Amino acid sequence: MNEPILQVRDLVKHFPVRVGVLFKRTIGHVKAVDGVSFDLRKGETLGIVGESGCGKSTLAQVLIRLEPPTGGTALFEGRDMFALRGNDLRRLRRDVQIVLQDPYTSLNPRMTVGDIIGEPFEIHPEVAPKGSREGKVRDLLDVVGLNPEHINRYPHQFSGGQRQRIGIARALALRPKVVICDEPVSALDVSIQAQVMNLLGELQRDLGLSYVFIAHDLSVVRHLSDRVAVMYLGKVVEIGTADEIYGQPSHPYTQALLSAVPVPDPALRGRREVIRLTGDVPSPVDPPSGCRFRTRCWKAQDVCAEEEPELITRVAGHPSACHFAEAHVVVGAERENS
Amino acid sequence: MSTVYDGERGEFVAEPAADTVPLLAVKDLRVEFRTNDGVAKVLNGVSYHVDAGETLAVLGESGSGKSVTAQTIMGILDMPPAVVLGGEVLFHGEDLLSAKPARRMQVRGEGIAMIFQDALSALNPVFTVGFQIAEQLRVRRGLSRAEARKGAIDLLDLVRIPHAKQRVRSYPHEFSGGMRQRAMIAMSLALDPELLIADEPTTALDVTVQAQIMDLLRDIQRERDMGLILITHDLGVVAEVADRIAVMYAGRIVEQADVYALFRGPAHPYTEALLQSLPRLDLKGQDLKAIKGLPPSLTRIPPGCPFHPRCPRAVDRCHQEVPDFHPLPGDRHSACHFAHEMLVSGYPGSNPDKHSRGLSRGDA
Repeated sequence: MNEPILQVRDLVKHFPVRVGVLFKRTIGHVKAVDGVSFDLRKGETLGIVGESGCGKSTLAQVLIRLEPPTGGTALFEGRDMFALRGNDLRRLRRDVQIVLQDPYTSLNPRMTVGDIIGEPFEIHPEVAPKGSREGKVRDLLDVVGLNPEHINRYPHQFSGGQRQRIGIARALALRPKVVICDEPVSALDVSIQAQVMNLLGELQRDLGLSYVFIAHDLSVVRHLSDRVAVMYLGKVVEIGTADEIYGQPSHPYTQALLSAVPVPDPALRGRREVIRLTGDVPSPVDPPSGCRFRTRCWKAQDVCAEEEPELITRVAGHPSACHFAEAHVVVGAERENS
Repeated sequence: MSTVYDGERGEFVAEPAADTVPLLAVKDLRVEFRTNDGVAKVLNGVSYHVDAGETLAVLGESGSGKSVTAQTIMGILDMPPAVVLGGEVLFHGEDLLSAKPARRMQVRGEGIAMIFQDALSALNPVFTVGFQIAEQLRVRRGLSRAEARKGAIDLLDLVRIPHAKQRVRSYPHEFSGGMRQRAMIAMSLALDPELLIADEPTTALDVTVQAQIMDLLRDIQRERDMGLILITHDLGVVAEVADRIAVMYAGRIVEQADVYALFRGPAHPYTEALLQSLPRLDLKGQDLKAIKGLPPSLTRIPPGCPFHPRCPRAVDRCHQEVPDFHPLPGDRHSACHFAHEMLVSGYPGSNPDKHSRGLSRGDA
């Protein structure tokens, strides 16, 4: 496999919780991301799955430096991306771009499509000299499957799927190396979702992009990802190749998550193993001691409350943060289509 | 016994006895929205029925008309801009569309209840959850405050909210998303309805919570032998809970079938394309077979079959002639000129293996 383009180590992002009007006191921290490590290799897709509040979107915001991290490091092509300033930082922003979830709020309704996609060139004029911009924008529209003639239209004249294509074109304008996709298809209808997923796959093959693909839909992540990290309450609980995570999940949370996904095949009704979690995700302000999943885990024992399990390889050839990790087939992921 | 021609089945059948009237039957419902931008033909002849104890899944993408159908059934459409042009909503054989407002009010809650996608906006933020559940019991059942509160606690217990006695005093914002949806289910069950319409009940929820809520709905339905109309866009949810499916596209039902039969061999190209475009957890992906193009604008529905601009099988006939929603063997219906061919030969590009897999119920 290729060398890593992005190396994230012990990344932490805490948001202070403040009370009071004039004299604000900090009474605690939302531990949105709490020690996340992973490598993203060149040309691969790393899927990040987890439920709402697990910190996956905060992770995206820290990785494009929208939010400063509380701790930890991230090396982009070997350089510490959080230490960059000035021109180096500007250069980084060219290389790492983001596609956002909601194509309705992430495009300025008062700008034409041409202006939206061309705006990155205003900030990075070295990528496209003034005269060549319109041509570049037209090329980008063509690349994402939109009609280049529509360059002067406004976002409201496009459907949801088309708007998401505009968002993708904007992210590609500066020819980035890494694209962070934060739930890029979850706001789209099923028939449109497939179009956008295929587009993301094509672009990766054609342009050699590396994706961090964040989603809550496990089927979507499986479809696009080479490797997958599962997050729970700000931590990665299990990471491995897509085959390992889906075929041999060893963390109880991953198993429960996979078991909860409805499979569109009524013939499997009643034949699939049902693992139902009780209760809700605890608050990230005051996460449980030890293993954060223990309050909902059916395997939990005393040791889980005392000692936080490390994310290390115990079984099944990939790291899992569970004292009692045990590979277990949940979905029959290797089942042939017959 | 006399025989009558059953238009839905396309054959002569024994005249149904009075007790075989479906719990709810929607017949040829036509609704349009008249706005400044033009007339949107939202429902163009929707027909479906559901029996007691049965789960009918109404599947469709945004704008297909699945929620408007439900709102018409409940009588909660915003009129204007909506105008009901025709059709019937038969509840136990009684047409609700022509019923008096007082009668409609009576059916709402006691006969048919509904839960919505976004529980946070469906609940009133300034009243406690308990008050909102108890309100129905006080107004409709004439219970005292104390009795109604007790009823609310029982209902919260029923939907498996822990510590119902304390939780009854909570406000909606103090509940998590899954708890709010449970509270709304409790509210819908307060008057013991015979039919529950669930409009995307789990779309806003996380997958582990979605599984909890679907389990709860299924258990409650079984216990009470309630009819359930489940409106959703998620084929996975449909496959796990539905008995029958009605697939909607551009304000029409394009296919209706038993859930096993439909997944084994769809009889409409739209259904087939939907099934093929799904990423699946248990199958590794090549490129997905996406459906080209977009659903039509409801102000400009194309002539002929509304799906023809996106249909790989469309021929000249499809451009001109609107296909009837016609019956097929095995108690299923399709609005495609080639439905018979699709069932007999399978569809080019469909997976022949699928036909041999799974249970052999219904007809293939």
